[in-house]
Amino acid sequence: MDLIADHISHRFGSLDVLDNVSFTVASGEVVAIVGPSGCGKSTLLSILGGLLRPSAGAAELRGAPPADSLNPLTFVFQDFALLPWCTVKANVEFPLSHTALDAAARRAVVDDALRRTGLSDFRSAYPKQLSGGMRQRVGIARALAVRPAILLMDEPLSALDSQTRELLMEDFIGLLADGAMGAVYVTHNLEEAVRLADRVVVLSRRPGRVREVVTISMTRAERGGIDARGKLLALQNQLWSLIREEAIDAEREVQHA
Amino acid sequence: MLDRAPQELQADESKLRPVAFRGAGFTPGGGRTSGWIALALVLALWQLAGSAGWVNPLFLPAPSAIAVAIYKLAVSGALWQHVSASVVRIGSGWLIGTVAGVIVGFAIGLSTLARGVGITFISALFPIPKIALLPLLILWLGIGEEPKIATIALGVFFSTAISVYSGVDAVPRNLIRMAQSFNVPFHAIVRRVVWPGALPSILAGFRITASVALLLVVSAEMIGAQFGIGAFVLQAGNLMQTDQLLAGVVILSLFGLAVGKAINVLEARLLHWR
Repeated sequence: MDLIADHISHRFGSLDVLDNVSFTVASGEVVAIVGPSGCGKSTLLSILGGLLRPSAGAAELRGAPPADSLNPLTFVFQDFALLPWCTVKANVEFPLSHTALDAAARRAVVDDALRRTGLSDFRSAYPKQLSGGMRQRVGIARALAVRPAILLMDEPLSALDSQTRELLMEDFIGLLADGAMGAVYVTHNLEEAVRLADRVVVLSRRPGRVREVVTISMTRAERGGIDARGKLLALQNQLWSLIREEAIDAEREVQHA
Repeated sequence: MLDRAPQELQADESKLRPVAFRGAGFTPGGGRTSGWIALALVLALWQLAGSAGWVNPLFLPAPSAIAVAIYKLAVSGALWQHVSASVVRIGSGWLIGTVAGVIVGFAIGLSTLARGVGITFISALFPIPKIALLPLLILWLGIGEEPKIATIALGVFFSTAISVYSGVDAVPRNLIRMAQSFNVPFHAIVRRVVWPGALPSILAGFRITASVALLLVVSAEMIGAQFGIGAFVLQAGNLMQTDQLLAGVVILSLFGLAVGKAINVLEARLLHWR
């Protein structure tokens, strides 16, 4: 199943946020979206996931979702969006309660998602008892439970410390390794973008337009090696050179606002 | 320190001295022993003033006289008659006002139309002292229990509706978006996200409406009732039976404390996740 951004434009009142953004996320592909602050990355992700109606253009799907997928487009949120009154298990089970799965099947799916994210021992804990990294794992387990075709990740690591970020990045790489699941990964962190994405869509400052699409020709497995570090750094520098001037302008704009 | 001679400063520099602790205060503890001790001291002083004849018992009866008055009321059965009459009025009025307030509060919190209409009416009617409507309610509903219950229900309704829609407004939108992103149906989002998210504000509202109900029942009973704590307090005042008057006040205070405790228990059970 492909996800297509088809000439998407959006404005909030008189503020133009996105202008004619088009690209395609092919089945199993990981596309990162980067750009200066306020360029409309998160807005674009909300439109792609059907949480926001664009002012013009459309988010479209091509091809059938996997047969066993319960929610083909599934978000992983920056702030985790966990229900604080529910345990880890109940949070992961939450999206399944309204599906056709019976109780036994639900239990099996939840157990599998908890096992894959290393949360089996924390099933009875409440979100407030967990660290930021563990909370995001719960968010990932909840997303995995519905067997998505495409994960829509909105800066999923930005609220975490660098060590936890590194650990979760390794988890993401592992989860996306078999190519069964695609992802749209919104981030301001260029290192994350080049480590995870097959292609990086660079947006201009507001209103966000597709400035360039950078293809990363290494497999994700190859990127873990020491030899790849130089190439990844060069890619990162290439992306930064595309963004730098506009990031400075965007920051000044924020300061003056 | 700035006035000291350079030699003195040099001598000080060779010594080790502890960094002064500056982090004290601003962290009041939860200990309640001091509260009980203070209460006991005030009661003892009050009793002493009464027993020693420092104050006229007509103006301020001693705690022991109030305790005796409560005991006599309990033994005669009058206490239960008055308390039960008040409890029935409070219970009925609070329940009707709360159910209506929760329904209207949720409607205002979830629907644009209901918000537009509801907030206008609530803003206009909430400031009216509800007890002022009692004569009108007596005209409409007769002189029985109904107008008193309706007065309490009205008082409870507005505060409940406000606390409920404020609670609904305070539910983090990201949780609602999360549920929508998983195609969770509207009714399930209300039941599993909005309701528990609004519950802290709703329970805080219960605490306020319990006080409002107590205030209104006493006022309503003072205006037109034969039985009830309010009627009893008024009657005792008219007859200058100040020990009985204060006995009524103590019973009201105990009732308020019991309701507060019940809400604490409810909060501990329902909001344990906080």
